[in-house]
Amino acid sequence: MLRKAHNCYGSVANSTLLRRGYASHPPKARLNIPTDYASTPLLHHSAKSSLANKELSNEARNGTTSRINLFQAVNAALAHALRSDQRVLLFGEDVAFGGVFRCSMNLATEFGDDRVFNTPLSEQGIVGFAAGAAMEGMRPVAEVQFADYVFPAFDQIVNEIAKCRYRAGHNADSMNCGGLVIRMPAGGVGHGGLYHTQSPESLFTHVPASNDPVIFLEPKILYRAAVEHVPAEPYILPLSTAEVLKEGKDVTIISYGTPLYACQSALAAAEKDFKCSVELIDLRTVYPWDRQTVMASVNKTGRCIVVHESMVNAGVGAEVAATVQEGCFLRLEAPVQRIGGWSTHAGLAYEKFNIPDVTRIYDAIRTSLEY
Amino acid sequence: MDFIVPSQMPPIATYRVLDFNAKLIDRNRPAPDVIDEQALTWHRNMLIDHGWYHVRSTKTRSFELLHGMCKLDSTGEEGITVGSAAAFGPDDIITTQYRETGVIAQRGYTLEDFLCQLMHNKDDPGKGRNMPVHYSGRVKTGVHAVASTLGIQTPHAVGAAYAMKLEDQRTATKRPRVAAAYFGEGAASEGDFHEALNFAAVREYPVVFICRNNGFAISTPNREQYRGDGIASRGVGYGIEAMRVDGTDIFAVYEATVEARRRTLADNKPILLELMSYRSGHHSTSDDSFAYRSRQDASNWSTQHSAISLLRKWLEKKRLWTAEQDKDTRTHIRKDIIAGMKVAEKKPMPPLTSSWDDVYAVYSEEQTA
Repeated sequence: MLRKAHNCYGSVANSTLLRRGYASHPPKARLNIPTDYASTPLLHHSAKSSLANKELSNEARNGTTSRINLFQAVNAALAHALRSDQRVLLFGEDVAFGGVFRCSMNLATEFGDDRVFNTPLSEQGIVGFAAGAAMEGMRPVAEVQFADYVFPAFDQIVNEIAKCRYRAGHNADSMNCGGLVIRMPAGGVGHGGLYHTQSPESLFTHVPASNDPVIFLEPKILYRAAVEHVPAEPYILPLSTAEVLKEGKDVTIISYGTPLYACQSALAAAEKDFKCSVELIDLRTVYPWDRQTVMASVNKTGRCIVVHESMVNAGVGAEVAATVQEGCFLRLEAPVQRIGGWSTHAGLAYEKFNIPDVTRIYDAIRTSLEY
Repeated sequence: MDFIVPSQMPPIATYRVLDFNAKLIDRNRPAPDVIDEQALTWHRNMLIDHGWYHVRSTKTRSFELLHGMCKLDSTGEEGITVGSAAAFGPDDIITTQYRETGVIAQRGYTLEDFLCQLMHNKDDPGKGRNMPVHYSGRVKTGVHAVASTLGIQTPHAVGAAYAMKLEDQRTATKRPRVAAAYFGEGAASEGDFHEALNFAAVREYPVVFICRNNGFAISTPNREQYRGDGIASRGVGYGIEAMRVDGTDIFAVYEATVEARRRTLADNKPILLELMSYRSGHHSTSDDSFAYRSRQDASNWSTQHSAISLLRKWLEKKRLWTAEQDKDTRTHIRKDIIAGMKVAEKKPMPPLTSSWDDVYAVYSEEQTA
């Protein structure tokens, strides 16, 4: 149970034993059953499969793995960054004691409070301070405790971080936020309600930024739920490319974050029921995004569905759909569908209905095939 | 060349009425201007506020249900919320953070309202949209619906004060109103707080700003939140009168708020109160506070500096309360909460279509489709 997992440090999340008060899957559901993270093909359940990833360096592929969850992976990555480069800093609210999602456990102890520290409670302060530090050569990792709270920092992100290099002109190399990362947990958990659920990524895609500060959104529901074998050697994954998680011939599904698991369940059922073959792509980076991989896929399959948690109106799906129809118009066998959150707020009691579920995605696959 | 050196200034004094034995510190002053019935009501409201804690500390099935949701309690701050709320008028408008259950209880939210909100069922005044303790009660209590975002409520109170001031002038009412904003000392680091105080001071609006300084913002202690003399000292920076009060002394809280309200109305200006206390509970049910503070500290505060215990001592000295009554009342409150939860739990959820209501005034074409 998610809350129990929060309070029982050291124990792995159990499936729900106690009745929850929120909307949950109906008892005899065929499609809408909770994701089984222990068996989903999207995660690496063995060292062998983890090390087979062609994106890894040779050192990583020849090394070992450890089986960890997402917050442990984030923790390990932060530790590696802090260890490898003295300019790396990590700060935000409650970071020092380990963070509300445990992503910064033991980092203040290991690296000292000059580099890993709590800030006062102010997102615009955190991000503005990070911008200043980055402009003068540091590599700060600024944590915003929940993506729902990033909005006071929006001005610093849009008007400062994205533009400072550009406005500096010839002085661009002397004052830019290239070394800056803003991390924030995002996405629904089932009981986050209006202010612990949001996925605001599309708002940021409207802002090009120069060399190349990163906003890194972490699906908070996966912090404990997603567990897999991770290479022990440090490695780098490219930010600029999407990942084809599964190849297929008839329909392309594009998604990112938690909905990928629902997509996987939906396509498994659809492949069985409709005898089709579905290609699943993880965008990984939402802007700039890997248009080549997506267009190549849709040119192959002729059908495209985009899935994301955040609202469908003007979401990332809108950008992908517009680009796909521009680039693959004559190849398309059906309109591009967007399966996203409904155009309303993430009310607590309605969360399960708001977030794209297996049934809606399955239905979209069928609609696409039958068009 | 004279710099102002804050570290050389004496800290702002804390207003207190009772000592730790519930005796008047100043023996020459009159007794608090509070009738017995009022004090008993306050005590009961504090016990209800504290009641969530009761239920959680017993291993009942309701505890499991209650615990399954991320909830916040106000353990240690019951005196702040009930005592200050008692000083406001029925038409005053209040904005809060999310740890002011006592305020909304004092102003008329019933146990049923609380529990329907907790269970986000069809009778939740907030239509099931918000997390537990994020109450909606503007019509019944004058308290704006609660959000999780911090500090946002402070400029809202300023705008509300302006709206009310204009309206009261226009109608030449004999019962003018004030607005009040509650926030924690952590939320006072947000930009909204500073902007709100500055606006209120410059434009001269009747707002009472009430800071619950409880020592922590999740794991962040005050030393990592600010270096000035608490939040009261910020009043000076904005040209606002301010006072620091012992938040565990409900009479001090009440009197300070009554006076703040009086001054606000008399001179059309904002006032800042900083009510000192200690967050005895965890930040929420998703937090284990012993990861960052000692059990001893938490225990010391809840046993030795509890507003409920202090008021209880005062009531017992006046022979208005007994140990027997205390035990009975706590048991009854606990039973009421558990029984109420069972009823609330069985009620149906709000209709699914309600997810799209209240987004626009009229359904958009897209929503209708």
